[in-house]
Amino acid sequence: MIPQSFEYCRPGTLPEAIALLEQHGDAAKILSGGQSLIPMMKVRLARPEYLIDINQIAGLQYIKEENGYLKIGGLTREADLETSDLVRSKYPIILDTASMIADPQVRNLATVGGNLAHGDPANDHPATMLALGAEIIAVGPRGERNIPVKDFFLSVFTTALEHGEILTEIRIPTPRAGSGGAYFKLERKVGDFATVGVAAQVTVDTAAICQEVGIGLTNVGATPLKANRAEDFLRGKRLDESNIKQAAQLAAEAAQPSSDLRGPAEYKVSMVKELTRRALTRARERAAAQPIR
Amino acid sequence: MATKKLVRVKVNGRDREAEIEPRLLLVHFIRDVLGLTGTHVGCDTTNCGACTVILDGRPVKSCTVFAIQAEGREIQTIEGVANNGQLHPLQEGFQEEHGLQCGFCTPGMILSAYALLEKNPHPTEEEIRWGISGNLCRCTGYQNIVKAVQYAANKMSEEKHAA
Repeated sequence: MIPQSFEYCRPGTLPEAIALLEQHGDAAKILSGGQSLIPMMKVRLARPEYLIDINQIAGLQYIKEENGYLKIGGLTREADLETSDLVRSKYPIILDTASMIADPQVRNLATVGGNLAHGDPANDHPATMLALGAEIIAVGPRGERNIPVKDFFLSVFTTALEHGEILTEIRIPTPRAGSGGAYFKLERKVGDFATVGVAAQVTVDTAAICQEVGIGLTNVGATPLKANRAEDFLRGKRLDESNIKQAAQLAAEAAQPSSDLRGPAEYKVSMVKELTRRALTRARERAAAQPIR
Repeated sequence: MATKKLVRVKVNGRDREAEIEPRLLLVHFIRDVLGLTGTHVGCDTTNCGACTVILDGRPVKSCTVFAIQAEGREIQTIEGVANNGQLHPLQEGFQEEHGLQCGFCTPGMILSAYALLEKNPHPTEEEIRWGISGNLCRCTGYQNIVKAVQYAANKMSEEKHAA
């Protein structure tokens, strides 16, 4: 399959890339890892006239803790998350997520920024970033802005990014002691999109009371979903089996899946319930392993 | 018609260059422009891994990369795996352990396994299966493919000790 013809631009700096986006307007698309965009171009669902390859822009690939945040550069590859000691030791929920995305070859090119900016409700990072309360940093012609991830996803393939803006960084608040998270994904085979995915992040105090909680859902709606009612229910309550079960029910009620090749809607709702239970349970275990000193 | 661009790459240690259309996929560049047909086009949809090549040390699916993106980079294909006519331990392993049935997935399997053994010279069976999880064998001969990779890991480890 051959994509439609396009002009290829390879800016070396962010301002150059933004200028090209402004110059070419809707005719331009950003090429990051390309693992979603190139397949869409091959079947001509995407037909950009100008492809702005941002891979040569230096300084957009990093994973570091700074000023109370985990900061992930927009061009960081999924494979880099998988092999990061920082992610492995302190953010296992992100390791869960990255290692379930597509397959090893795809993860060598696919970027975290692209996974979010693509706006596909079937992508995995969005749910995890919703659970973690992440912020998206975007740089555009009018400078830099900071978008809470809960306001980022507007509809299918549509995000809060404005034309001319480039996602440069993802910021995740460094979890307090007593925090833990997990991502569970049900997939038919390696490389498939989620039938259902659930991310859960909790912070518990010394009395096992849930202080903070975030729950995100993958591929059960037009956007990645935040299970607000389940979160509100758990906050301030003991994180025991019975409350986890109740929260899982509320999360399932937030899901709006449609029936497709991956299963009927009813099945997916049940799976949201079960995966929420598992994700919260593992999040609680991991929180217990990062105790309050 | 888009402006043609010059792409310069190092393929299996050899400098190559060509004027290409930006939309030319890396797999077609390798097969049709360079004439290296060991890299196969399987599904053409980023699923099967038959087109796997190693780009700057990492296996990628060459049906999902534009050739122009490889500018200034190093590519290894199946043709670059043997050393002066001497089969690589992975190639030998696929022969010895009957890792090939129809053979179509084999180049991609070998390159994924090659990159795996570079990073992890003593993988467990699970790590091997994880390492080749982006490569499909429609003959479903995975059992012998895993054995072939184990054969290579053992042989490479022996050679290293002997050296």
